[in-house]
Amino acid sequence: MTQFLLQRILQAGLVMLIISMFCFSIQGTLGDPTRELAAMSMSDEERASLRESLGLNDPLPVQYGRFVKRALQGDLGTSYFFKEPTLDVILKKLPATLELSFAASLIIIFVSIPLGVFCAIQPRHWFSRFTMAVSVVGISIPVFLTALALIFIFSITLGWMPSFGRGEIVQVWGYWSTNFASWDGIVHIIMPSIALSSIMLPLFIRLVRAEMLEVLSSEYVKFARAKGLPAMPVYLKHALKNTMLPVITVGGVQIGIMVAYTILTESVFQWPGMGFMFLEAVNRSDIPLITAYIMFVGFLFVVVNTLVDLLYGVINPMVDLVGRRQ
Amino acid sequence: MPLLSIKNLSIEFPGRYETDYAVEGVSFDLEPGEILGLVGESGAGKSTIGNGIVQLLSPPGRVSKGDIYLNDTKISTFTDKEILKVRGSRVGFIFQDPMTSLNPLFTVENQLVETITTNLGAAPKEASRIAVDLLDQVGIPDPEVRIKQFPHQFSGGMRQRVVIAIALAGEPELLIADEPTTALDVSVQDQILSLIRKLCHERKVGCLLVTHDMGVISSVTDRVAVMYMGRLVEIGTTKQVLTQPQHDYTKSLISAVPRANIKIDRFPLVEYIETTEKGLKHIDVSNHWLGEGLRHAHSEALLEINDLNLSFITQDALLAKNRKYLQATRDVSLVIKAGESFGLVGESGSGKSTIARMVAGLQQPDSGSIRFDGVELVNNPDRAAVQQARRQMQMVFQNPYSSLNGRMKVNDIIAEPMRFHKLAPPQDVLQIVGDLLDHVGLGRQMGRRYPHEFSGGQRQRISIARALASRPRLLICDEPTSALDVSVQAQILNLLKDLQDELGLTMLFISHDLPVIRQMCDRVAIMRHGRILETAETETFFEHPQNEYSIELLDLMPRFDRIYENEAVTQPKQ
Repeated sequence: MTQFLLQRILQAGLVMLIISMFCFSIQGTLGDPTRELAAMSMSDEERASLRESLGLNDPLPVQYGRFVKRALQGDLGTSYFFKEPTLDVILKKLPATLELSFAASLIIIFVSIPLGVFCAIQPRHWFSRFTMAVSVVGISIPVFLTALALIFIFSITLGWMPSFGRGEIVQVWGYWSTNFASWDGIVHIIMPSIALSSIMLPLFIRLVRAEMLEVLSSEYVKFARAKGLPAMPVYLKHALKNTMLPVITVGGVQIGIMVAYTILTESVFQWPGMGFMFLEAVNRSDIPLITAYIMFVGFLFVVVNTLVDLLYGVINPMVDLVGRRQ
Repeated sequence: MPLLSIKNLSIEFPGRYETDYAVEGVSFDLEPGEILGLVGESGAGKSTIGNGIVQLLSPPGRVSKGDIYLNDTKISTFTDKEILKVRGSRVGFIFQDPMTSLNPLFTVENQLVETITTNLGAAPKEASRIAVDLLDQVGIPDPEVRIKQFPHQFSGGMRQRVVIAIALAGEPELLIADEPTTALDVSVQDQILSLIRKLCHERKVGCLLVTHDMGVISSVTDRVAVMYMGRLVEIGTTKQVLTQPQHDYTKSLISAVPRANIKIDRFPLVEYIETTEKGLKHIDVSNHWLGEGLRHAHSEALLEINDLNLSFITQDALLAKNRKYLQATRDVSLVIKAGESFGLVGESGSGKSTIARMVAGLQQPDSGSIRFDGVELVNNPDRAAVQQARRQMQMVFQNPYSSLNGRMKVNDIIAEPMRFHKLAPPQDVLQIVGDLLDHVGLGRQMGRRYPHEFSGGQRQRISIARALASRPRLLICDEPTSALDVSVQAQILNLLKDLQDELGLTMLFISHDLPVIRQMCDRVAIMRHGRILETAETETFFEHPQNEYSIELLDLMPRFDRIYENEAVTQPKQ
């Protein structure tokens, strides 16, 4: 276990190093920071002295070394627009994005597993065929289209749902702002989370169905039925747990992608999260914020994947995290 | 009154274009406490009968005609709900592979207890107590501790004992054992069969034992029913059927079983099922391309292995001292003379396949030397010489279903080694491939097909043709027939013998099957835990084994010829 964590931290360090190099390289190429910082009327001499004082004239390795050293101290630069440390800006926006991803994950879990299992158990049922057909369509509709359609139908035409923002937010534990503590907040999160889940949902329904079909044809499921167990316990106990193993692995990667993909959903719904912030930062050429965002999302990926691997080890007794052959 | 009575049973699998009749008009009875063997080759419908009894046929299979009675109750017309009360509590099932019939994610206790609570209606606590008791009865030591473990923590034989315990958990009247020992080693097979026999006799449980193995049939069954192409061709007491078979198929089947007591030159009468094409062009090796491979100065020892060691890491750790190793081979030395067949015998995990893989260069040994015709193969800087030597040894693998690339035509599969080693002018390659296909009994027109169009035996012929295509001097056969039916096995073994006679091939023949070794090999080495225990002339080994383990192994081998020797079914040791 300790060895697994050690290995993982080492790997994570490597991944973060590569991401940091990437971030550093775009920092140098995405325009001149002094143009953003300085007033229009600034003279060339003043501009040059500003460049000097920011260290922009130093050799690249020196600049990179400084960048890494600051990053390790939690300093990812100061946002040009907010004039605050970028990490603080991101952490302020983080709860909105995480709650949105969390709500979308809940939808995915509670819709895809029952539907996938049903489609596997009753492959010839009209509802299974219908689900499969819809999922193909769903996989090919982009998120922003789903989001716009939802807004058009439920907000504009029917007027049932709010079309933007987080609504009423409650501060909990001092720092975290949550949607789940008030009815207004919950109403506001429904449509964005449906839109966000729509791109992953078909994939997961198909994945659960395919894995379940494979497990159902396995020998131990047949043996469980030969033992005299009724159909439902066989499906829901013996088959489902085995089905979940590959689903968890794929799910871990996809959750990471989803956190990064909130950009589209957040911008359509004006959701004040990291994705929306990122889009604005790009529009404003707020380079420190862009790089900080990329670093942060990379970090999130690594953490989520490690957690998923740990979870996998808990469910599957044959997996020994250290890589012992069983 | 018979326990199980099957009357005129037919089972069909309706398909889109035609209906496949898996079982047609089969009738037999089974008495309480009796073990009835159901024998036949793959596709004969024997497992289908077992599954059909408890309605476990995979869809769209269904019982189309006939009745099944269990203690005078007609169960063939039971609804889904009624049959649940039969499965587990009246009919227990044992499947072939204990590695796959237990759910890997639940403890043994969990899987036993759910069976007991479902079938006996016991409370969970009571069920746990019964479960421990059952594990004790099937011979699992420390049942209180072992019951908390997961299936992967048990060995194959122990797992099959767990499966048997689960099958018995509902106190059934009938046990259906579908190839219960096929996946197990000989010594474990003997224990499992004795256990099944003992439990059946003690509990007066009837047993339908489905198997393809004549050795198993002769050592435990009271009566035997022979199936062929979905029909029951013969039924009678085991002794009667094995010593005086009436039907032509039974005769052919029995003649194809490798005899453990005497070496015969060829297997007679084996062309009942899969006949080879008649009138194929036979290559005259003296003037054919294939024969050019024979012109070697014959050295006395073709393959010399000295002190070969290899270990695998079984538990990895950051610090070298914490790592754990499995010694796969330990100081293995052997010499194979040119032109002989050398057998390597041992149970699974004894390291016999590892040796084959190291000789073929698929695995690097930790230390030791392998010399082929005087050329050192281990860590030899002269790559050209090593490759030249490697070309002259070819492998035939165990599983013909996975050893051929399904995306390539047979012609290309066989031509690949010739093209790679540039052994023949490009314009002649297809001609030679055709000749090879003729020679192994397939026919040249088969070359345009893909592997999936062939049966297991035909695929193994393709593998052999592919091996011959690089004009080898040494053929490494790693369990070449253990995935095949007995009649097909006999044909493949005949083919290998013929090729060896014609081409003077040297063979390293790896098998766990002692009778096959006796039929095929001139000399034999016994392996256990990575060591060679004994090397001897095959006949000497079978008649006068020296090592204790060899004696035990020979004793345990299910010998269907015991019937001839003793004129009675031997009672297995209790």
